[in-house]
Amino acid sequence: MRRRRKARKAGANFASYLFMLLTAFICAFPFLWLLMTSFKSGENVYSLSFFPENPTVQAYFDVFKLLNIGTMLKNSLIIAGTGVGLNILLAALCAYPLAKMDFYGKKLINNALLATMIIPAAAGLVVNYITIQNLHLQGNFWGVILPNSVNVFTIILLRQAYLSVPRELLESARIDGAKELRVWWSILLPQILPSVLTAVIMDFINKWNMFLWPLLILDVDQYPVATGLKHISNSFNYKFTNVAAGTVLAVIPVIVLFLLFQKEYINNTVGGVKG
Amino acid sequence: MKSSTKTHAAPTRGLQKLSKVKLRNTVTAWAFMAPAIIILLVFVFYPIVFSVPLAFTNYSVFAETKFVGMANFERLVKDPDFWVSLKNSCLFVIVVPILQVLSIALAVLLNKKLPGTPIFRVLAYLPVVTSMVAVSIIWKFIFDPNGILNGLLMSWGWIQEPIRFLSSSTLALPTMMAITIWQGLGYYMMIYLSALQHFPEELVEAAVLDGASGWKIFWKIRIPLLQPQIWLCSMVSTIAALGIFDVVFTITNGTGGPNKSTYVINFYSYLQAFNKFDFGYSAAIGIVLAVLTMVFSLVLNYYNKKAGEDFVD
Repeated sequence: MRRRRKARKAGANFASYLFMLLTAFICAFPFLWLLMTSFKSGENVYSLSFFPENPTVQAYFDVFKLLNIGTMLKNSLIIAGTGVGLNILLAALCAYPLAKMDFYGKKLINNALLATMIIPAAAGLVVNYITIQNLHLQGNFWGVILPNSVNVFTIILLRQAYLSVPRELLESARIDGAKELRVWWSILLPQILPSVLTAVIMDFINKWNMFLWPLLILDVDQYPVATGLKHISNSFNYKFTNVAAGTVLAVIPVIVLFLLFQKEYINNTVGGVKG
Repeated sequence: MKSSTKTHAAPTRGLQKLSKVKLRNTVTAWAFMAPAIIILLVFVFYPIVFSVPLAFTNYSVFAETKFVGMANFERLVKDPDFWVSLKNSCLFVIVVPILQVLSIALAVLLNKKLPGTPIFRVLAYLPVVTSMVAVSIIWKFIFDPNGILNGLLMSWGWIQEPIRFLSSSTLALPTMMAITIWQGLGYYMMIYLSALQHFPEELVEAAVLDGASGWKIFWKIRIPLLQPQIWLCSMVSTIAALGIFDVVFTITNGTGGPNKSTYVINFYSYLQAFNKFDFGYSAAIGIVLAVLTMVFSLVLNYYNKKAGEDFVD
């Protein structure tokens, strides 16, 4: 009886592994195939062999020389870097009273923040476009950075982190006569650095992947890498090995960040939906 | 929170004193929140509010803006492209149940904590963090008539000529649904997995002792306990499916082709605004989407409540 149950369990485990392996393969193979293709020579792009016959890094030279991927990566870094910095600063400020103060309008703000989470992002596209035109920010990095400079998800994440900081710590600083801004900066913020780091990573990946808004607002030579790749693969006479190499370069920073912080990243995305 | 409970218990004098503290707090609090709130007001709330009146105008870059009443909506009703978009957006909701069933199945498997599951967790999540542009480049290459998928199917002799996954008007939309499922699977799986890991395991253990089979435990214990997550994920993914845009835009290079067969509401709204510069009409289409999303949410909510009552019985 027991042996039969054991055998059945082994069988179930085997089936589980099979299903998992299949899914893992489907998830990972497209990335590996892209990587392998980027090392193939132009005439072999469509060959079915997994490993390139005559591996070459020509495509990587080409994307830097012909397609200016260096500039695109730099643009991405400027846009995502500035945007993340601004977001963390504004969100950290905004989350402080929400977590640690009792004030009039708290409920209103909390509900308004939650409401933004269910509004599809595309809803504001047209009106925001008109706003950016009126602010004369077309063709300016700020036209991309400003509308995305407050991520509600970051506010909620940091508020959650502040809540775990003991109240006594703040009270004693207040008795010492420290101003609220000082309390926030030198007492509260250092306590939640791990959450700040998580927020930075998540927001950076978000902003690095943005493509539509930059496409509407920026000029071609200002495109970040996601928009630029879209632009290149749209043109008629591109070489796919080059596009593949460009895509690998665009995806690698995200994958590396994700692998380094995967635990924090996944837990907080999942937690955010629940909260 | 604490001080407000105190307020209720305290006599009137104390209440006034507390309110004074609260009043002072309020000034400080709003000062801290002001920068973020201004940005959100301008770029999140104002667009939503303002797109309603916009839908009743002929706002465009070409003509003087005038109030046109219901004209945009009357035009919608007679616009065949709009009806195609509406139909396709509703069709896209098919991905919701598929996505939920697959991700629950995977989450249950991962919850067994077999060796190797951490690596699998990361692999399944990789598509979630990848940009839609990269995803579309990768899959277009794989689905290409000369690509690896057709190449393999042909070399195995399963098909005689390449399947036109993305260039046939019948297959393009289902192919995009498949890509959407591929990209979303890891996300929903992790939500279910985290819920499963916080389950009261005593319940399962007790059932095992009573001799319940794996299937019975799954259907009678795990699924009912997962109900809040199932509802939440269905809601989130329904809203996402109705508002689908990125995958259509990137895969079709902003054309919605072949032959308008992959037009969806959000895409059509985008097209009207940024190809035709007809912002008023675009806003009207956006309003239809908002109403549609609300209706779907209400229906889901209704069934969730009903299912909840059944479960309590």
